[in-house]
Amino acid sequence: MSDHVQHHIAIYKKVAAALAVLTVLTVAVSYLDVSVPVAVIIALIIAGTKGSLVLSFFMHLLEEKKPVPLSRGGIGLIIGSLLVTALFFLVVIFIPIFGHADKVGTYFTLPNSNAPTVETPAAH
Amino acid sequence: MDIPYIVDERPDTGLTNVKLGIWLFLASEVMLFGALFSSYVLLRLIAPDWPVGAEVLNVPMGTFNTAVLIGSSVTMVFAYASLQMDNLAGFKKFMGITIGLSLLFMVVKGFEYNHEFEIGNFPWTSTYLAIYFTMTGLHALHIIGGVVVNAYFLGPGSKLWETNKTQFTNRIEAAGLYWHFVDLVWIFLFPVLYLL
Repeated sequence: MSDHVQHHIAIYKKVAAALAVLTVLTVAVSYLDVSVPVAVIIALIIAGTKGSLVLSFFMHLLEEKKPVPLSRGGIGLIIGSLLVTALFFLVVIFIPIFGHADKVGTYFTLPNSNAPTVETPAAH
Repeated sequence: MDIPYIVDERPDTGLTNVKLGIWLFLASEVMLFGALFSSYVLLRLIAPDWPVGAEVLNVPMGTFNTAVLIGSSVTMVFAYASLQMDNLAGFKKFMGITIGLSLLFMVVKGFEYNHEFEIGNFPWTSTYLAIYFTMTGLHALHIIGGVVVNAYFLGPGSKLWETNKTQFTNRIEAAGLYWHFVDLVWIFLFPVLYLL
């Protein structure tokens, strides 16, 4: 038991050091002169890495693979419910992006078409 | 009546009810903060202009607070590990540091809020400030909740150790999972609000 915990403590220290380095890196890369989309991607990659470290080691998610006996070899209730949550989380996050990209109801013209031009937009 | 399966694992789930319960609660918390992150994306996409967070907020203070909160997560796992090694004194030391760091986070956040109010930046001043105060305010409420629970386990709640060590250790594990989640939210809030 104690050896097992000692092994954990050694991992906790390494994860703590990694999180400290990544925090400095988060701030450092924000000074890079890059466009907003690139900056967002870099920031999310670093934050995602930090988040994965916290989830995997501090929250022991890597050790929660205990299969549900009833389902004989399932992925476990914790991982299973988190996967469903992650799916719904992604849906929620992408709703505004889909809404933003939605052009239904706005005029656009194809080349050589007889559709109304953009100079005469529909009255709202 | 005793609540079943708080020490032994329930055969059909393979988990204690404590652990399943806290994880399902955290899943609901993911959706709560997820809705706010989604609102942030929507507001930012349709805003005519959006300030760079670093020009409005104090990045060194935010960075310091990030380090403080990550530090409190580290001391929280040490507190849990101390109990696993049958060391109540070690638990109390690390839990005390965890609570101290949590309060330090709140003090720094208080200075940041106060500075914003002094220069006339209120939640109704701009869309950016509205989402900033909403998200950090909800996060701060989670910190306060965590401090209350952790202080209980450091004080009167620790009497359970004398009668049922496993049950107390399981409680600290659940409190720790919540605390790491609060840290996890901040890991995303900090770059989104301060740096992008």
